[in-house]
Amino acid sequence: MTITTLLAWVVAAVTFGTVIMYGCLGETLNERAGGLNLGTPGIMMLGGIASLTGAYFYETSTTNPNAFISVIISLVCCVVVSALGGLLYGLLTITFRANQNVTGLTLTIFGTGIANFFGGSLVKLSGGLGQISVSMTSNAFKATIPFISKRLGIFSNLLFNYGWLTYLALALAIVLHLFFFKTRTGLNLRAVGENPATADASGIDVIKYKYLACCLGAAISGMGGLFYVMDYAKGTWANDSGIETLGWLAVALVIFTSWKPKNATWGAYLFGFCYWIYLYVPTPVNVFLMKTFGLNKSTYLQNLYKMIPYLVTIIVLVLVSAKKRHHDRAPESLGVAYFREER
Amino acid sequence: MTQREPLYRITKNDSRSFLSAALIRFSCIVLALLVSALFIFSITKLNPINVYISMFKGAFGTKRRIWITIRDAALLLMIALGLAPAFKMRFWNTGAEGQVLVGGLATATIMIGYGNKIPTALLLVIMLVVSMVAGAIWGFLPAYFKAKYNTNETLFTLMMNYVAIQLVEFFVDVWDKKESHSVGIINANNNAGWFPAIANQQYLLNVIIVAAVIVFVYLYLSYSKHGYEIAVTGESENTARYAGINVSTVIIRTMLLSGAICGLAGFVEVAGISHTISKQTAGGRGFTAIIVSWLAKLSPIVMVFFSLFIVFLDKGAIQIASDFNLNEYASNIITGILLFFILASEFFVNYDVHFGKRGKQV
Repeated sequence: MTITTLLAWVVAAVTFGTVIMYGCLGETLNERAGGLNLGTPGIMMLGGIASLTGAYFYETSTTNPNAFISVIISLVCCVVVSALGGLLYGLLTITFRANQNVTGLTLTIFGTGIANFFGGSLVKLSGGLGQISVSMTSNAFKATIPFISKRLGIFSNLLFNYGWLTYLALALAIVLHLFFFKTRTGLNLRAVGENPATADASGIDVIKYKYLACCLGAAISGMGGLFYVMDYAKGTWANDSGIETLGWLAVALVIFTSWKPKNATWGAYLFGFCYWIYLYVPTPVNVFLMKTFGLNKSTYLQNLYKMIPYLVTIIVLVLVSAKKRHHDRAPESLGVAYFREER
Repeated sequence: MTQREPLYRITKNDSRSFLSAALIRFSCIVLALLVSALFIFSITKLNPINVYISMFKGAFGTKRRIWITIRDAALLLMIALGLAPAFKMRFWNTGAEGQVLVGGLATATIMIGYGNKIPTALLLVIMLVVSMVAGAIWGFLPAYFKAKYNTNETLFTLMMNYVAIQLVEFFVDVWDKKESHSVGIINANNNAGWFPAIANQQYLLNVIIVAAVIVFVYLYLSYSKHGYEIAVTGESENTARYAGINVSTVIIRTMLLSGAICGLAGFVEVAGISHTISKQTAGGRGFTAIIVSWLAKLSPIVMVFFSLFIVFLDKGAIQIASDFNLNEYASNIITGILLFFILASEFFVNYDVHFGKRGKQV
C-alpha cells in the first residue's frame, strides 16, 4: 500500500468519523440523563435538511451572498430544527411517559420523511437531481486553516487539511468530557441518568435536566447531518438514507465509547476506517478469498467487507458486557421514564 | 408564608372504563388527522378532505387494491406477531428487519437452487422450514449473549440487520448474471416455488399462513406454560429465578421463536409476493412492526387493526403523492404525526391531569 492510498483512507475515515462523532456526542449527552433516543438518525436527517434549506434560500434569494452570513444561517437552522426534534422526543417520553424505543423509531420515520419530502421539493425547485448546490456555503464550511494546512507537507495533508467543523467536533468531545466529569452540573446530570429518584431527593430538577439534555443533545446530533450535507456530500442532497445509516452507527458508537466523549475522539475515526476498509483490502487477501469461495470477481467480496463496522460493534458490545467493568456500563436508568409519584 | 401550587397535577387512573379510554384514543386520532390536514394544506393548498378521499381510494378503491392492502398488512402483521413474544419478555428485538431478510435469502437460495428439480408443493415446505431456521439463527445470536453476559440486545439486533443486508447484497451479486446488481424475478418462466393461487386469489395463501400465526401466537402467549414463563421473566427476572424459571433458557427459546416467525415473514414476502430478493425485501417493515406490536400492547387482535391502519396510511399517501404530484415521503410524515398522537394518547388514558388548586378538587 502506497503512502497516497493510506492518506486517502485516513482522510475518508476522518470525514466519515466526524459525521458520526457529532451524532454520538449528542446522543451521549441525552443518554447520560437517561434518555435512549433511537430517533438520532431522524434528528440528523432533520439537521441536514434544515442547514441545506437555510443555505439554499439565502444563496438563491440574495444577489451578493456573504459566506459568513450563510454559515451562520445554516448553523442556526440546523441547531433550532434539531433541538425541536429533541423537544418532541422529550415531550413524549418525559412528560407523556411514552416508551422511549417506540418514540425514537417513530421520530426516525418522521425525521426521514420530513427531510426527504423537503429535500425532494428542493431538488425539484432547483431543476432536478444533482442540480441542487450550495457551493458557497459548503466551501465556507470546508475552509481550512491558512498556512498550516498547506506548508507542512505530509502533516498538513494528514492532520490539518479538514474543514473547521472537524476540529470543532474534537473540541466538543473534550468539552463534553470535562463537563460530565469535572463540573457540578455534569455530576448532577449523571446522577439524573443513574438514579433520578435520588437526584430528585437531593434537590436536582430532574425534569429540567432531562429536557435540556435531550434538546441540546439533539442539536449536537443534528450537526452531524449538517456536516454530512455540507462537507461529506459537498453541499448537495440525494434523496436516500445515507444520513440515516450513519445515524445508526452513531448510536452504536455511544456504546462503543462506553458513554465517555473522550473515547469518541478516536472511536469515530476507527469506525471510519472500518467503513472504508472495503476499498483498501490488499490484493493477496482478495485473491485468497476469491479462490476459497470460488468467486470470479473481487467486487463481490466488498459486500462482505462492508459488514466489518457492524461486526466490530457487535464484538465490542459482547466484550464490554462480558468484562462487566463498573465504570464502562450504561447509565443505570437508561431507557426508563421517571415518575415522581411512583418512586 | 404563601405556598406555591403547581399549575397542574398528575394522578394515575387505573380504573378508566373501556368507553372513556376509547373516547380518548379516538379524539387523539381525530386531532392527529386535523394536524396532518393542516400540514397538507399549508404545503400544498389542497383541500384536505379531497386528499383524504384520495387516500381512501388508493387503499380500497378497486378490488385489486383491497387485496394488495390486505396482502401488505398481513406481512406487516406477521412481523409484529413475531416480535410480540420477545417484547413481552422485555427483550428489545430491533432486528426483525434482518431476520426477515435472512428468511427471504434462505427462501431465494432454495428457489434458485432447486426450482426445477423438486415439485412446488415439496419446495414450499422446504423453503418454509429453511426460512424459519435462518430467522431463528439471527435471533439466537443476540439472545445467547444476552443470556450469558446481559449484552445490550437493542444494539446487537440492530447491527445484525446490517450484516443481513450485506449478506443479501453479496448473494445478489453472486447470482446476478447480467451485472445489473439485481437477481430479477426468480423462476419467472416456470413459477417454481411461487405461492399457488387459491380459489383464484393470488394472495389467499399469505393470509391463511398469517391467520395461523395469529392463532398460534395468541394461544402460545396466553395459554401455554412457555407464555407464562415469558410474562414472568418480562416483569422481573429475579421473580422468575425465584419461581424456578431458567431465565437463560426462556430468553434463548423465545428469541429462536421470534426470529423464526420473522424469517417466515421473509418466506411469505419472497415466495408469495415479490419473487425476488434484494436489500429492499424487508423494506423497513421490521421497524414499523415494532411500533405496531407495541401500540397494540402485544395483543394479536389489536395488531390486526394497527397493521391495516398503517398500510392504509402508506397506500393512501402513495396515492395522494401521484394524484397531486407530491413527493412520496409525505406518507412518512403523516404516519409519524399519527403515531406521535397515538403515543401521547396512552398518557391521557393512564393518567388524569388536574388543573388549578388542590383544595377545589372533589
